[in-house]
This record gives sequence, structure tokens and C-alpha cells, in this order.
Amino acid sequence: MIFALAGNQNCGKTTLFNVLTGSHCHVGNFPGVTVEGKSGDIRGRDDCVVVDLPGIYSIRPYSAEETVTRDYLLHNAPDGIINIADASNIERNLYLTLQLAELNIPMVLALNMMDEVEGNGGSIDIKRLSMRLGIPVVPISAAKNEGIDELIETAVRTAGEKKLPARINYGGKMQDCIKRIRSIIGERGGKARTFAAVSYIEKGETSEFALSDKEKADIEAAITAAEKGCGLDRWAAIADMRYAFIEKICSESVIKGGESREHKRSLKIDRVLTDKFLGLPMFAAIMAAVFYLTFGLVGAFLSDLLSSGITYVTGLAAEGLDMLGVGEIVHSLIIDGIFAGVGSVLSFLPTIVTLFFLLSVLEDSGYMARAAFIMDRLMRKIGLSGRSFVPMIIGFGCSVPAIMATRTLSSERDRKMTILLIPFMSCSAKLPIYSVFAMAFFPGKSALVMCLLYFGGIVCGTLYAGVLSRTKFKGEAIPFVMELPNYRFPSLKSVGLLVWEKAKDFITKAFTIIFAASVVIWFLQTFDGSLHIAADSSRSMLAWLGRFISPVFAPLGFGDWRVSTSLLAGFTAKEAVVSTMSVLTGASSELLPGLLQGMFTPVSAASFLTFSLLYTPCAAAVSTVKREMGGMAAVGFVIVQCVIAWIAALLVFLIGTALVG
Amino acid sequence: MTGEKEKNVHEAEEMTLDRLEIGRSGIITRVGGEGALRVRLLDMGLIPRTRVTVRKAAPLGDPIEIYLRGYELTIRLEEAKNIAVRVE
Repeated sequence: MIFALAGNQNCGKTTLFNVLTGSHCHVGNFPGVTVEGKSGDIRGRDDCVVVDLPGIYSIRPYSAEETVTRDYLLHNAPDGIINIADASNIERNLYLTLQLAELNIPMVLALNMMDEVEGNGGSIDIKRLSMRLGIPVVPISAAKNEGIDELIETAVRTAGEKKLPARINYGGKMQDCIKRIRSIIGERGGKARTFAAVSYIEKGETSEFALSDKEKADIEAAITAAEKGCGLDRWAAIADMRYAFIEKICSESVIKGGESREHKRSLKIDRVLTDKFLGLPMFAAIMAAVFYLTFGLVGAFLSDLLSSGITYVTGLAAEGLDMLGVGEIVHSLIIDGIFAGVGSVLSFLPTIVTLFFLLSVLEDSGYMARAAFIMDRLMRKIGLSGRSFVPMIIGFGCSVPAIMATRTLSSERDRKMTILLIPFMSCSAKLPIYSVFAMAFFPGKSALVMCLLYFGGIVCGTLYAGVLSRTKFKGEAIPFVMELPNYRFPSLKSVGLLVWEKAKDFITKAFTIIFAASVVIWFLQTFDGSLHIAADSSRSMLAWLGRFISPVFAPLGFGDWRVSTSLLAGFTAKEAVVSTMSVLTGASSELLPGLLQGMFTPVSAASFLTFSLLYTPCAAAVSTVKREMGGMAAVGFVIVQCVIAWIAALLVFLIGTALVG
Repeated sequence: MTGEKEKNVHEAEEMTLDRLEIGRSGIITRVGGEGALRVRLLDMGLIPRTRVTVRKAAPLGDPIEIYLRGYELTIRLEEAKNIAVRVE
């Protein structure tokens, strides 16, 4: 049997899913959209699968995610729905419950956070609620693993007996209207006739029922009569009908305790975190802490540890290969190609794990919603909403986790647009390029150069966002109607599972795409055009490619083939730009700045820095983009970044030449 | 005479939600706007007869945080303009 797990956001759905499945799950995308879906076997029931649907507030589609949930329920016909609702915020949660019941699929309501309600002196008459809603209701606490067995048993029984939700009589004029439409549509409404009738009222005439003109006129007359009777238009009247019913059954079955402790605590925390004056500094401090922990303290420590581990293993492997007496080429392939390539990407792993740990703590605690609240006004200026700010800031560290972090955005449009803007946030791997060139050409002004570069990236990104929101991503950012949930202690299990998923994802990628890319790059670096091992690096195919494309860079002031080869190598990882340059020029890193002075003028150096700032992100980032947006989009992404970088560098070079003379 | 005057003042106390002072409450009288966004506001429980309190504005002045039906919601001033309330 297949169960769909549906509920509002912030009601503990993920926690319940983890408890139900005992965390054995498969992650995948819903077809056609980059909305993540998880499914897993229900614990102790091998024949039952639960599918975790995106959190929604209403079945009327609003974002891509909600459409996914609705379409899944309508077209995949699960055997049952497990609807989870937050008992401490029952009114709004039951709104979705009423809509789900209209789909006419066997359904159970899991009333979560009952421990909180009772802890605050409240109580809910479960029997009465169940009777009025026409579906079984099971009180649970997902976080404390209470009531789960009963929930599973009830869900399996309800679905097994194919017990449909009882039809609810809301009463009132709108109810009469729905009834009338239901009888007009009749058989054509399929198995969820109330849903069909309500959809017709909301969406107007659709061809799906093949209604005659008379029937259409009858329906329209019924709706107009109901609107008059309620004193509200059709959309408001339907919402009003449901909320009025919810208020009525809550007054019968829910005894509210005092103001809940969790809510009072949240208000207190928000007095600081979203304060008019303290809000922004606190946000900056929290972001700085995340950044420092990820790319500084913890991440860097773990990364170094892993790097030395990888170096050690590489050494062992090299020795082993020597002992086996394998040929030079195979040795080079394994050590210089695979170990070096996969190893350098794997050393990102601790950074990613640390970052995702911190981000999911922020997300689960409820702070992410506050961050979006605080930053919304700024982000709206570039056509996005506050939620996009956090991934973009992470981009200053590394584009790979930044792109992965866009998964927390609820709108597909916002997510894609944010991904396209992340490369403009200069990542930390580009720092060596900046520092070498600043040392060589702008001594004593390196801080200024860095600031200009970082700021320049943001300016270009803002301009690009302006173009995007007027062309490809026309239309509005998802309007910002967002719940600010109570602050809660993140569940360690949920956070741990998420981090594990991301790590697994990343490791898989390192051993597939990156593995293949490493072999290709190694091949290009090692062999010359006639497939002999290149005598020195200037004869390799990569160098040949560099020579081939170097004329492209001549207008920018750096037509030297060694420079273009370094830029090509930078595609594997940005750190490789500087290291390739020193290999090709035969200069050690201390001598490199001096040598560069012979190859560049200050103006062409500025142009080169601009190009490095903006041109295509590394292979790891591009493969992450491919995963999020598809192969064609990733190719387009690379081309667009290179074109933008070329134009910007040309402008810098021309303006610089004009100024300096 | 005074009573009628008071009543007039009371009636004049109808305004859009974006103009409601921080800390004050009102009863929704009308939800304007159109399309999916309006439906979303209705779905979130912003319907006529509902009591809302303005909690605070974001540090940059927009969006605002409101309280209704036992939970906190943020909406932009632009959306709040479409919601009329009778000040309590």
C-alpha cells in the first residue's frame, strides 16, 4: 500500500517521516520539476510505502511545490493519506485537512505536538473531532515518538478497508451551491465530486466536464446566488465556509490552555532577533558565525585533516603501485589523475557537512524564516525574496554548497534564479589568484583590490539579476506570505539525516562526474597531440588548447597561451589557475609575481582579475548546477558566465587603457 | 449628538492593514487584490471577520509581521494594502 504524507510546513512532517520509516528512505525528484521527494518503507510493514510530499498550506496550487503535492494526490491515487497537523496551531492546519478530505481518498489525521498542547494545560476531544471531520484522528508526538504505532495501525486499517472520509456538511449558502454543482456535474466529476465542484467554482469554466450551455448557466446562477447570500465573492466565500466550520468544531472539541510556553518563548527571542535595531546586526553576526565555522574553524580543520588523510592514502597507493611495478602511464593516471582530482574535490566534504549541519539547525529552529523576513526588502530589489539571501552569502565561501542550499527555497523560479546569481559571489578558491596579482601589480593595495573585486561581483550579479527578472524569469517572485513558526529545538536525528544525505550525494558525485572529469583533464595534461606522453607541460594537449583559444583573450590584454591554459585548468578548480601558471612559467610561487610583471601590465592584470572573478565556476559547481537544473541549463550557464566575464574584462581593459594611456 | 459623533469616529477607523500601527489590532472587513495571491491570503485565514494584530515591521520597514488565528505571518506592505480592517 502507498501512503501520501501531507501537511503544512513547520508542523513536524519531516520528523514524522523519519519516525515512520526508521530513516530508510530514497531521495529523488518528482518528475519534471526539481522538487525533492522522499519515500520509504513504513517500519515493521514491508508492504507499506510512505511518500513525503512537499509541505503545503492549501491544495489550491500556488507554488511549483504545491502543484506537485496536488498532482500527486490527484493522479497517483495513493491508497491512503496521512495528514499531519500541528495541534498547537490547529485552526489553520485543519484548513488543509478539510481540502484533503474532499479528494475522497482514505485518510487519517495525525495530530502532532499533542504533548505541547497538554503541557500548556489544553486538551482536545479526539473522538468528537474525529466524528465532526469524518476521518480517524490519532494524537501523536513525532519528536517524542509517541502514538506512532497507533497511527500506522489506523492508517493501514483505514486504507485496507478503503474507508472514505465522510462527506462534511458545512452548512450555509456556499454548501448549497456546492451540492447543486455536484449534482449537475454528476458522474463526470469522477470519484472526488466535491473537489470537482469546488474547483469549478474557483477556476471557472473548464472543458474537462463537457457541460452543456444550460448546465453552465445553471452553475453560474447557483454561484452568483451563493455569493449574494454570503455577501462575499466565491473565493472568499469558500475560505469563509471552511474556516467558519473549523471555528465551530474547535469550539466544541478544543480547550485551549494558557498562552503556550513555546509561543511566549518565541516572542521573547524575536524581541532580539527581529528587533528594529538589533535584527540586522544579529543577522550579520549569525551569518558571520556560520561562515567562520564553515570555512574557518571547523571546516578548515576537518578539511586539512581529510586532505592529509588523502595525501597519506595517495602515498600508500603510489607505493603499492610501485611495488606492483605498473607502467608509468597507469601510475600517472591513478595518482595524478584520479587521486589528485577526486581527492581535491573530496576535501570539500567537511566544509559541506559543517555548512549543512549549521544551515539545517538554523532552518529547523525557525531562524531561516526570520532571516528571510529581515532581508526581504533588499532582495526584492533584484526580483527575489528574502529566502534567497542565505544561499547567496554561502557563495562567497564555495559555490557548490551554495547551489545545494537553494533547495531550501520554496519556489522553483526563485531557486533557479538564485543559482544563476551565485557565481557572482566570488568564491574563496579564487583568493590565491587575487593575492598573487595584487602582490605583483598593486603592492600595498591588496585589501582595496579584494574589496573592488568582491563588490564588482555583487554589482555585476545585481545587473544580471535585473536582466534575468525582465527576461527569462519574468513575472513575480513568489509573493512573500510566509509563516513565522515558533522557535524549536532542532531534532538531532533530522539534522543528522539531512547532513548524511547531502554528504552521500556529494560523495556519489565525487566518484562519478568528478572521477570522469579528472580522467579527461589528466589525459589532456599528460599527452600531446600525437598521443605520446608530453615531454613537458607546454606540449600537452591542454597547452595546445590554451594556444588555440588564446587569441580570444588578446583583446582583453592577455593573449599569452600560458594564461589561457591556466584559465582552462581553472575549470577543474580555481586553485589550479595559479598553480598551473607557475608550472607553465617554471617559476616557484615566490618568483611568480615577478614573472607575471613581465607578462601583464597593471591594466591587463585588472582585466585578467575581472575575467577570473566572473568566468565559469569550477567543474564541481557546474555539475551541481546540472543536477539542479539539467544538462542544457548547465552548458548555458557556463557559456553565459564566460561571455559576461569577457565583456566585463574588455570594458575594464578599454577603460583602464584610456585612463592610464 | 455626542453618541452619533463617536459612532462617526468609529466608522472612520477603517483603514488598510499597512497603515495599522504596530501593536494595534483590527477586524478584517475586506480582502482585495486578485488571483493566486489573494486566494493564498484567504487560505492562510485572512478572511473577513478575522482579528489581526500587527506585531512589528522588519528592520528595513517592510515586510510586516502580523498575528492571527494563533500564529504569526509575514506579508509585504504591498499585500497589506489590499486588506481593509476596522480598528479595534
